Amino acid sequence: MSVAIIDYGAGNIQSIRFALERLGVPAILTDQAAVITNADRVIFPGVGEASSAMEKLKASGLDALIPTLTQPVLGICLGMQLMCNHTEEGNTKGLGIFDTSVKRFEIKPLKVPHMGWNTSQHTTSKLFEGINQGSYFYMVHSYYAQLCEETIGRMDYGLNFSTALQKDNFYGVQFHPEKSSDAGVQLLQNFLKL
Amino acid sequence: MLTKRIIPCLDIKDGRTVKGVNFVQLRDAGDPVELAQRYANEGADELVFLDISASEERRKTLAKLVKEVARAIDIPFTVGGGISSVEDVDILLQHGADKVSVNSAAVRQPDLINALSQKFGSQCVVCAVDAKQIAGQWKVHLVGGKVPTEIDLMDWVQEVAQRGAGELLFTSMDHDGTKNGFANRALAEVADLINIPIIASGGAGTINHFIDAFALGKADAALAASVFHYKEIEIKSLKAALLDRQIPVRL
Repeated sequence: MSVAIIDYGAGNIQSIRFALERLGVPAILTDQAAVITNADRVIFPGVGEASSAMEKLKASGLDALIPTLTQPVLGICLGMQLMCNHTEEGNTKGLGIFDTSVKRFEIKPLKVPHMGWNTSQHTTSKLFEGINQGSYFYMVHSYYAQLCEETIGRMDYGLNFSTALQKDNFYGVQFHPEKSSDAGVQLLQNFLKL
Repeated sequence: MLTKRIIPCLDIKDGRTVKGVNFVQLRDAGDPVELAQRYANEGADELVFLDISASEERRKTLAKLVKEVARAIDIPFTVGGGISSVEDVDILLQHGADKVSVNSAAVRQPDLINALSQKFGSQCVVCAVDAKQIAGQWKVHLVGGKVPTEIDLMDWVQEVAQRGAGELLFTSMDHDGTKNGFANRALAEVADLINIPIIASGGAGTINHFIDAFALGKADAALAASVFHYKEIEIKSLKAALLDRQIPVRL
């Protein structure tokens, strides 16, 4: 099993690498198209600001590569948001893999960012196999993906939003599985088994 | 439902966990990585590592320790102490920190908060504020609470939120190390002023103190050190007690 973590200078990508390491799966941090294309699994991580992240993807041509990948791909947090059509953050056009838009939380008096552990409700997607409804995941985000046909996990924070999305071989999660204790470990294992 | 967070704080000096009474007398409470794992297993929601010697000693990073911790645990953690530049933060995030906290440096150069939130996103920028009441006014203090400033706490918290901090870690120097409870009145006042999550810090001694920090202080998270390090309070029983009082927590 080879796992490529897309390296485009987006904040903390060590956490996800260490999480995979704990599962006994070494992962390669890379921005090389050939390495990404040939990996069995691809993880598209990201924390930070959307427009500058998208600029970095464009600079290395990764914006064109990612939508053409055919193996299971998992976008995490900002990675997932960039896989959507558009995000309000920096008024940024996304990769258009998920047919939904990303908005800023503006629900007084709820705090922004949405930070901490919240419960998820999910479909029978293989990504959530063995994970109980209402399991806790760690969240830290100020923008959310709206519900859409590709929503496979939803969460409530003043409104319902997509905490997990799937289209074909593309998966995205708003939470941080690498920081979500047991449920996160299970989800990563499920992703590796897809 | 979003839950309230319980955050053990590991004060670090020379790679070891310490905790002082009013920040002065220090006792050794163990190995940070071992403690971090223990807390993660016991249900801590997050961890904070503060290099309390950093401001004085100009120690720039805890990079090696950060990497060891990131390898070992699967809950988020924040690193603070002596962080004074974008480069400092870059190194810590690259080594696996999820968030960083800035304190004295942010007071000295407030633009640092803007720079950090623009480059890394506000979600990983925690602004730590140490304050103490002087003649009835809460004043911001620097260098681990040793150096008073003229800055009013209520003004400063609004400024840091407006500059892009993603979270506020408020430590009352009047309460820290006393085990007499958190500064709930000041916490609630801060909570009314800003719209970012607030971590209450300083004064935890009993389970009731945590209940009060959430119920009266309106905190989003509560941080403590010695009550956890010396096993005076078990995280599991603390969370059960919070749940009994209808305060949502992750079990």
